[in-house]
Amino acid sequence: MSHGEKPRRTSVRRRLAFWPLLLLLLLATAASLVASLAFGSERIPVGEVVGAVTDRFAGREPGRWDVIVWELRMPRALLAVVVGAGLAVAGVGMQTLVRNPLADPFLLGISSGASVGATAVITTGFLGALGIYAVSTGALLGAIGSALLVWLVATAQGGLTPLRLVLSGVVLSSGLSAIASFLVFLSGDPRAANSVMFWMLGSVGGATWEKLWIPALLVALLGAGMLALHRWMDAMAAGPDTASALGVNVTAMRTTLFVGLAVLVGVLVAVSGGIGFVGLIVPHAARLVVGARHRVVLPVAALGGGLFLLWVDVVARLAVRPQEIPLGVVTGVVGAPLFLLLMGRGRYRFGGQQ
Amino acid sequence: MTAAATTPRLAARLRGVGVDLGGRSVLADVDLDVPHGQRLGIVGVNGAGKSTLLRVLAGVLHHSSGTAELAGPDGTLDDLHDVRPRERARRVAYVPQEEVVAAELLVGEMVALGRVPRTRPWARGGRDEREVVLAALDAVGLADRVDSPCDQLSGGERRRAVLARGLAQQCPVVLLDEPTNHLDVAWQLRLLEVLAGRAETLVATIHDLDLALRYFDVLAVVGWSDDGDGAGDPTGRRGAATVVAVGPPAEVLAAGHVARHFGVGSVQVPHPHLDQPHLLIHPRRDHA
Repeated sequence: MSHGEKPRRTSVRRRLAFWPLLLLLLLATAASLVASLAFGSERIPVGEVVGAVTDRFAGREPGRWDVIVWELRMPRALLAVVVGAGLAVAGVGMQTLVRNPLADPFLLGISSGASVGATAVITTGFLGALGIYAVSTGALLGAIGSALLVWLVATAQGGLTPLRLVLSGVVLSSGLSAIASFLVFLSGDPRAANSVMFWMLGSVGGATWEKLWIPALLVALLGAGMLALHRWMDAMAAGPDTASALGVNVTAMRTTLFVGLAVLVGVLVAVSGGIGFVGLIVPHAARLVVGARHRVVLPVAALGGGLFLLWVDVVARLAVRPQEIPLGVVTGVVGAPLFLLLMGRGRYRFGGQQ
Repeated sequence: MTAAATTPRLAARLRGVGVDLGGRSVLADVDLDVPHGQRLGIVGVNGAGKSTLLRVLAGVLHHSSGTAELAGPDGTLDDLHDVRPRERARRVAYVPQEEVVAAELLVGEMVALGRVPRTRPWARGGRDEREVVLAALDAVGLADRVDSPCDQLSGGERRRAVLARGLAQQCPVVLLDEPTNHLDVAWQLRLLEVLAGRAETLVATIHDLDLALRYFDVLAVVGWSDDGDGAGDPTGRRGAATVVAVGPPAEVLAAGHVARHFGVGSVQVPHPHLDQPHLLIHPRRDHA
């Protein structure tokens, strides 16, 4: 062609290869799972931990660390991985649903709704009959209630469009947070205020084997579901008109994503409180290292989120022993600079925005 | 074949189509035949509803009244509402006007989106997909950029890459909204040839009337029927627009029509060396 083209910059942005990275993340997660069992108020030598873990698999007589490792720390470590993976996957889904880089899993007012539910339980003793499950149940009810509210508001105004979801989500979040604060203010019990705050910043401390399987199942289900529709997710990320032109039923896809995300995030918040930042930064970090296709972003984000939250929980247990820091504090303190560093590495954009 | 001679095969047909957007009636009573195997250009002033008309044809926007039909592989017309999105996307490729391209995608990955209607949503792109993508990119002169990030493309290159996605969809009908926007003159000419050569039926909105005169078999003007004697201001925004004229370009772009629907004076002149007409445009005399 003779119509003078400018000389081309062929600076192909460096990406990491997907399969090696996935394998590395898997190995790192498995190794970290075992290693993390060594940390806690009682420091157990790593060799002993490995012994305690392999004893059960080999069917040997339980040793002296068996109960701590298997009944206390293992479910907790696994829950951290499950919640981290779930939040990261939910973050990817939410950012695609509303096509907004600032979207996080709690965008739909879900964490604020959950905190109203949890606060009501903590301050008024509502649902007290459920015992240790009372706060989780309250949070779940609040989360589902607020998601329903966002749904109703958005649909009444003409449909689940990204902008309406973002706006109604943000507005309802503020409103619900105010209600939660008002409940704390009314109760006049300083301990209630304290436990509400601790709950809102998140913790996986209450993990048991019984509490683990529902979130684990949901994360696996939703993650696999989104992965199975990865091409449609890619098309959704390109915009509603394009997705529709490519044969994706945009309305059905939005509805499915919304319901799936609301249930997933509701359950995650119910078991672990509102752990911020993971669902916002891990998806972006995953996109930075492997590109924006959902087929690669989802697995990398899931494993990355799990691994990240696992070590966040270790830091939370160790930093000011014997007290534990809420996870949301650690994710914020660690996550913000980490993400800024990643972002500075290359010009990062999302959906055409710098 | 005798029946085909009396009723020419259509790729799509609109009858009495009206569109409401945000409570405002944008298009009303649109009748339009899209002839199979031809290039149909849609012209009209800004805001008349060219893009809206194209979106209705693409099935991306639901019309509020009338019927819109789309031809299947055997040439029979099906109501657009009854065609499933996936099936529709195998018949019609639509490329919007201004598309924000996901920056973290590579050019090849973006073009591969065009394969979505023909692959399962969980499928990995195989070698065939890569070949289709490369062929589409080659047609728009971007084959060497297949592994570049989308945000390193210039405006015109990005436009061509998005059009390549439309080509990768491999549909008999291709709908393009202002395909020549952002393109330099050489590519404006070349791209229309490339696209017309690859699609059986091409429908495009276009604002360059000179290009419209030469590159299309049929032109449809979107505007207002009460433009009357041309004394009013055709660029002003009014009620619902409709298709006010359809026909061969030379007739549709006759001086009187251009003055009425576009508010400018014009004259069609033959190229001094080539066998093609050109449209010269000048301010309307009565406005001076």
